[in-house]
Amino acid sequence: MFALGVLVLLTAIIAALAVGSLPAFRAFGLSFVWSEAWNPVKDSFGALPAIYGTLVTSLVAMALGVPLAFGVAIFLTELCPPLLRRPIGVLIELLAAIPSIIYGIWGLFVLAPFLQQTVQPALIETLGQVPFFGMLFAGPPLGLGILTAGIILAVMVLPFMASVIRDVFLTVPPMLRESAYGMGATTAEVIRDIVIPHSRVGIVGGIMLGLGRALGETMAVTFVIGNAHRIKASLLAPGTTISATLANEFNEAVGDLYTSSLIALGLILFVITLIVLAAANYMLWRLSAREGA
Amino acid sequence: MSGQSRLLYGHRRATNFVILALSLCATSAGLAVLFFILYSLLRHGLPALSSDIITKMTPPPGSQGGLANAIYGSVIMTAAATAIGTPVGILTGTYLAEFSRGSRLGQAVRFVNDILLSAPSIVIGLFVYEVMVVPMGHFSAWAGTAALAIIVVPVVVRTSENMLSLVPASLREAAFALGTPQWKVVSNVVYRAAIQGMLTGVMLAVARIAGETAPLLFTALNNQFWSVDMNGAMANLPVVIFQFALSPYADWQLLAWGGALLITITILLLNILARFVAGWSSFAK
Repeated sequence: MFALGVLVLLTAIIAALAVGSLPAFRAFGLSFVWSEAWNPVKDSFGALPAIYGTLVTSLVAMALGVPLAFGVAIFLTELCPPLLRRPIGVLIELLAAIPSIIYGIWGLFVLAPFLQQTVQPALIETLGQVPFFGMLFAGPPLGLGILTAGIILAVMVLPFMASVIRDVFLTVPPMLRESAYGMGATTAEVIRDIVIPHSRVGIVGGIMLGLGRALGETMAVTFVIGNAHRIKASLLAPGTTISATLANEFNEAVGDLYTSSLIALGLILFVITLIVLAAANYMLWRLSAREGA
Repeated sequence: MSGQSRLLYGHRRATNFVILALSLCATSAGLAVLFFILYSLLRHGLPALSSDIITKMTPPPGSQGGLANAIYGSVIMTAAATAIGTPVGILTGTYLAEFSRGSRLGQAVRFVNDILLSAPSIVIGLFVYEVMVVPMGHFSAWAGTAALAIIVVPVVVRTSENMLSLVPASLREAAFALGTPQWKVVSNVVYRAAIQGMLTGVMLAVARIAGETAPLLFTALNNQFWSVDMNGAMANLPVVIFQFALSPYADWQLLAWGGALLITITILLLNILARFVAGWSSFAK
């Protein structure tokens, strides 16, 4: 009976958000989703800058976090002395335990000034000068912005991805591994040609799980994103995400249309993460079903 | 060995070395960030810790104060949310592990539960705002509690299901062979065997919600004063940290660091403790 409650809960969340966002969709139609306007004074709202920011920060997080997660998983399964395996695994998992607001306050007061003074000027001088590609690193080093948010997100989702990838690495039958070693393969070759192909589905599932987390992450991003409803090519520019907009503006929103637009943003976010998480869980579920067979 | 194959061999060894070195770097980077965060928290947070922090209220800018009302609010709401969410979570987990063998409903519930486990907490805040704050007409600690309880449930469901399925089937079969009805098998035999594991799940859930900020922003809001009224807005540590950290006042920022340090220490201790408890369990690895 309580189990049914879990199903009801999901439906209820979607229904409540849909009802709440009705006025916004009625006023702006579906163009709400791709409109760039965000002007509370004129009661004109569009979701595009927030959606864009959400996707780009998550992409940056994935670009940085996925290689790191692979590194951690490889280290823990192949390289680490058995005695240290558990402690290091636990420490990495503790990264997931730190609440997002702590990442936020740390990002604002420690990481952002550091990036502003050292990393970002270097990026502007080197990558920023490359034609075309340099657009990504144009503009003044503000410290706060999409790049900073992406870096923090990468650290936050690292433990989730690393632990899933490590677990699927461990499902590779030792016999396969040993036969490859027996033929003289190096550790890197075993990982590339045996371990990764064998656990591909699980790896993708783990990465999408991380992506789902990154998309919905709120407080850490709110601190460092800079909150600007604009779409800029540069990763150094401030932007906003759906969750950061909600956290910043919801309590100050006056007027039904403003509130309703924010709830509509929430609905969009929920639908996006729902799809990503459902895909991730489906892949992981298929993997465990295969194993059970 | 011919020159060419020696070259190839050297190349393969070099690739191997580079990849393993990179994986070592990635792990050290992760650990470095963890310690860097802890170091920053200690450096900025320790100066804020004094007896004031647990005895005085959140101050207006520029005057002395502490976080007493926020700590109280956080403790109360976390406790209430755990008290509400845990039974629901354990019962659902029990259903999944004991009663739903292979059924469609069981699979659907498991799937949805895994999604809720990672659903953005801010959306849960919005949901509770829509169904509780709007009809009631004001922010309240109960709404905050409800939002936190919704976050507790999937965590507890997950861990209790896992822990229950670790209980060996032979234990259940032995009980059934004595003619025990299923509810009695579950409550007297299976629960007893899996109690540590389920306790771990509850502790992890508490650790998870103790630092949740996003769902409280629209539900419990904040309150500058001492309040024990669960029907009104109530101060809580995460939201206070959020507001104080983003404020321009140095003394507010200091208090935010102090609060951040308190929360982090509590949560890390809970996590480590939970692992110890899980270690006692006879079936968990």
